[in-house]
Amino acid sequence: MIIEHPLLGPRDAAEFVYLGDASLIDRPDWQAEDAAERFYEYGYLRDNPAGEHQELWYHEQGDRSWLVVTRNTMSHEITKVELARDVAKARGRNT
Amino acid sequence: MTQADTTLNFVSGDEKAVKTVPVSGQVNRVGTGLINPNQKLKFSFNGKEMTGFAGDTLASALLANGQRLVGRSFKYHRPRGILTAGSEEPNALVELRGGAAQEPNTRATVTELFDGLEAKSQNHRGSLNFDVMAITDFASPFLTAGFYYKTFMWPKAFWEKLYEPIIRKAAGLGSLSMKEDPDSYDKGFLHCDLLVIGAGPSGLTAALAAARSGARVILADEDFLPGGRLNAEALEVGGQSGSQWAANAVAELTSMDNVRLMTRTTVYGAYDHGVYGALERRTDHLAKSEGKPRQILWRIYSKRAVLAAGSTERPIAFGNNDRPGIMLAGAVRTYVNRFGVVPGKEMAVFTNNDDGWQTALDLQNAGVDLMAVIDSRDVDAPVSLPGVRHLRGQGIVNTIGRKGVKAVETTGGVTLPVDAVAVSGGWNPNVHLTCHQRGRPVWREEINAFVPGGALPVGMAVAGAANGAMTLAAALAEGQAVADAQLTDLGFTPVAADLPEASDEPSKGAAFWHVKESKSRAWLDQQNDVTVKDVKQSFQEGFRSVEHLKRYTTLGMATDQGKTANIPALAIMSELTGRPIQDTGTTIFRPPYTPVPIGAFGGRSRGKDFRPTRLTPSHKWAEANGASFVNVGNWLRAEWYTKPGEKGWRDSVDREALATRTSVGICDVTTLGKIDIKGKDAGAFLDKVYSNTFSTLKVGKVRYGLMLREDGICYDDGTTARLEDDHYVMTTTTANAVLVYRRLEFARQCLWPGLDVHLISTTDGWAQFAVAGPNSRNLLRKVVDDGFDISNEAFPFMACGKVTVFGGTPARLFRISFSGELAFEIAVPARFGNSMIEGLMKAGEEFDAIPYGTEALGVMRIEKGHCTANELTGQTTAHNIGLGKMVSQKKECIGNVLSQREEMIREDDVKLVGLRPVDRSLGLIAGSHFIGKGADATMANDQGWMTSVAWSPNLGHSIGLGFVKSGDTRKGEILRAVSPVHGTEMDVEIVSAHFVDPEGERLRG
Repeated sequence: MIIEHPLLGPRDAAEFVYLGDASLIDRPDWQAEDAAERFYEYGYLRDNPAGEHQELWYHEQGDRSWLVVTRNTMSHEITKVELARDVAKARGRNT
Repeated sequence: MTQADTTLNFVSGDEKAVKTVPVSGQVNRVGTGLINPNQKLKFSFNGKEMTGFAGDTLASALLANGQRLVGRSFKYHRPRGILTAGSEEPNALVELRGGAAQEPNTRATVTELFDGLEAKSQNHRGSLNFDVMAITDFASPFLTAGFYYKTFMWPKAFWEKLYEPIIRKAAGLGSLSMKEDPDSYDKGFLHCDLLVIGAGPSGLTAALAAARSGARVILADEDFLPGGRLNAEALEVGGQSGSQWAANAVAELTSMDNVRLMTRTTVYGAYDHGVYGALERRTDHLAKSEGKPRQILWRIYSKRAVLAAGSTERPIAFGNNDRPGIMLAGAVRTYVNRFGVVPGKEMAVFTNNDDGWQTALDLQNAGVDLMAVIDSRDVDAPVSLPGVRHLRGQGIVNTIGRKGVKAVETTGGVTLPVDAVAVSGGWNPNVHLTCHQRGRPVWREEINAFVPGGALPVGMAVAGAANGAMTLAAALAEGQAVADAQLTDLGFTPVAADLPEASDEPSKGAAFWHVKESKSRAWLDQQNDVTVKDVKQSFQEGFRSVEHLKRYTTLGMATDQGKTANIPALAIMSELTGRPIQDTGTTIFRPPYTPVPIGAFGGRSRGKDFRPTRLTPSHKWAEANGASFVNVGNWLRAEWYTKPGEKGWRDSVDREALATRTSVGICDVTTLGKIDIKGKDAGAFLDKVYSNTFSTLKVGKVRYGLMLREDGICYDDGTTARLEDDHYVMTTTTANAVLVYRRLEFARQCLWPGLDVHLISTTDGWAQFAVAGPNSRNLLRKVVDDGFDISNEAFPFMACGKVTVFGGTPARLFRISFSGELAFEIAVPARFGNSMIEGLMKAGEEFDAIPYGTEALGVMRIEKGHCTANELTGQTTAHNIGLGKMVSQKKECIGNVLSQREEMIREDDVKLVGLRPVDRSLGLIAGSHFIGKGADATMANDQGWMTSVAWSPNLGHSIGLGFVKSGDTRKGEILRAVSPVHGTEMDVEIVSAHFVDPEGERLRG
């Protein structure tokens, strides 16, 4: 596969390390009432869609940026690649 | 190289064939075709000396020498000959070369002949002519599909010990030399605008169109002679022979800088986003590789691709259709036209389509006695063949001749004496690569074949016979048109070019798959010995989907992947089920198109080069000083240093551990991960990734840190020093250096992107040495430059700071201790590492300083009760190792929420303890489980396990660490340490994990 890195252009997937569902960005509030339950879900429950999937890739053999790649799990078509940092900030993680 | 024999008298032009005096032994050589008759080559088959010519394949040379029988079949040990002239060959598999270079299962049809080639036939006991295992053929009524599943079920234990070894020995293909492959393999990467796969008629017009437009083109073909069927046919292109037109096209392409022509290169897989896998055979066609890579595995990045892979002819199934001498009709044309070889002198053609008649015509022109053309259709001859018998609406029902066909019988009751038969059942487009991304081919009725369908791999278009354009003129036109469309898509302007003139040869055919009147076995998959009867049985027993059919009968599961077998077999299944072929479907095509040697996938990454070896800066010094090394991840670390007179590793390790505790020892700890953390939020960041707090750490201090996973389990530990207000240096364990860094970047970029913090791995940047023992400070005083006070008052336990050593070399000094002694770690830029160890050792001479390795390090850490990976296994909590209180609940950090789950903080959970044998003369065994006195050694009574053991030279007996249920409150209790694996058990006493200096006076001294 080829991932269109937002800063570095097209790079071979072999340069990356795959982590999985980009929901890992949405780390729950540790002080919430139901923190234990929410961390359990965060840690163990994942969607496994046949189709479009937002997932985390790490450019370990490159600039070490974490990327959010929107990939169709059936066709491997990649429709969007973003810096995870930007995605995290857009999702309100700014501390 | 030798001159051609003077006896050679080849047919030329329109001259009718005469029975020539052949080149010695080459009884079937009737012309020169595209071989080089001036370059004669010697080779041997089963030890028999033969000759051929440059440009021959092993198969064409064997046929030229009249060698029809070339192997024995997989299951029934049936005599087999050459069926095809290409990579689809199921039968003619040989062992090539000898010694370590021996290569089994090599297809003779694609093996280029070279001088001195040695080939042996496979899969027979005794000689090829008399195979004792041929007895299985007579037992065949019992050996049909599913035989093994049904027969060898009982008794169960017999399968592994008795049945399987016997079957494995009886069935099979070639054998391995069991020696290391002496050749090397490479990998490479290529980029292009357009990849053209196949250099036949459509591939050549596609490549020409692309090359002339200025695009970067790669043209790959599996053959050593580009041209595809143009080299095998007597058809004309642009007023010249097809092969000459191909040669001219290749010459034009070769002259262009934007074209890379790759012959002997099989594009074996279509992968995501225009990436293709290709295997180039670089030296397979030479007697010796002379140090050059034998094969290269290419990864080709293409913007667009044209698949021009051509088509593969399929046989018709009839009784005993597997006898040597029975060949595919298109292959027969290849041997006649390209190699000047006829498979026999008296032949028949059996066809269900017009194309078979072309073979008859070419055979007649080559001087072969044609006994008949048998056409399953009741139609007039599409080609005029005066004097040749035409058997309309008939088929071959059976053949005679065990080691080679001698006669055929037709459904019309005609018996024809023949020594070879050409069979044509129509052509299948080579759709394989179109299906590698789950594309599903569709059935096209008018050509009775599957053509590419569904979603093709991104960027791929198909042209020529692979796309169902089954005639020459159509293939030439489609290649150019498809390439032009691809180029336009890429923004190139196609150059207008006239197509060369060519005709559309007759190509009508009928869907005729097998001769139903045949009573004898009719073969479909000749490599895996699957017959029409097996397909019928599969149907009868309910295995009717093609995927079940495949697995039940093993159809198409041999090394040829059923290229000639699958379509006829599924057509027969379709007849049986009454469902159309389109609905019957094909099995899924997967890479590779043809076999790829494991060696090519391995490339240069074998033996010690399987992965990189990392050496510490003091490696050479250690080597020169008697070190023995151990692999730690990719690193080599000194495990101990042998001194003269030491008889075994224990002597060295005991000496090193004792010398360190009594004076001073030095250990290279460079391999520990080092991460520089900078920024005004560095402290806040560390608070989040460590379970304990670091923002409160004072500048010039070091703290032990415990890192958890998000699920609350211990992940890694190490020390982190605060060198400046906004600058920390973290150390990780050697094994987790890369992983911890990755997680820190995840935390920084994905979880807390607002923090002002930056990371860089400096593991390789610094050479770091532990200097441990009561004389460590005295030694370092001689090393650290004047002006840096390292007294206990100025530089106490857990102090750190930047210093210089040996007159100005920058260094970092940490007062930390893994051994439990007064100890320091000192780091210098990696390039000074070798000088540093030499300098430290010289300065330490007066204290009898010694270097120590990882074993003594391990002994001392067990004596001190420190954890390593033996304890932090990915299943242990902070609670288990007695550090539960370190996990802060007052701040946000990874793992602290889930670490408080009920099951993970149970009071009766296992706790880390020290253990010693009640009988001090006994040695503890790691992995032993603890059982109460008098209890059975069962898991129900399990109370924990021993994680680490060592012989303590300081205490004079064996010591251990381990996890024991509620162990923290059970000191003094006696348990049994049981190891069913070793068959041992002994009484052990629970003690403190701190065997040496439990109060920590030494390290603070």
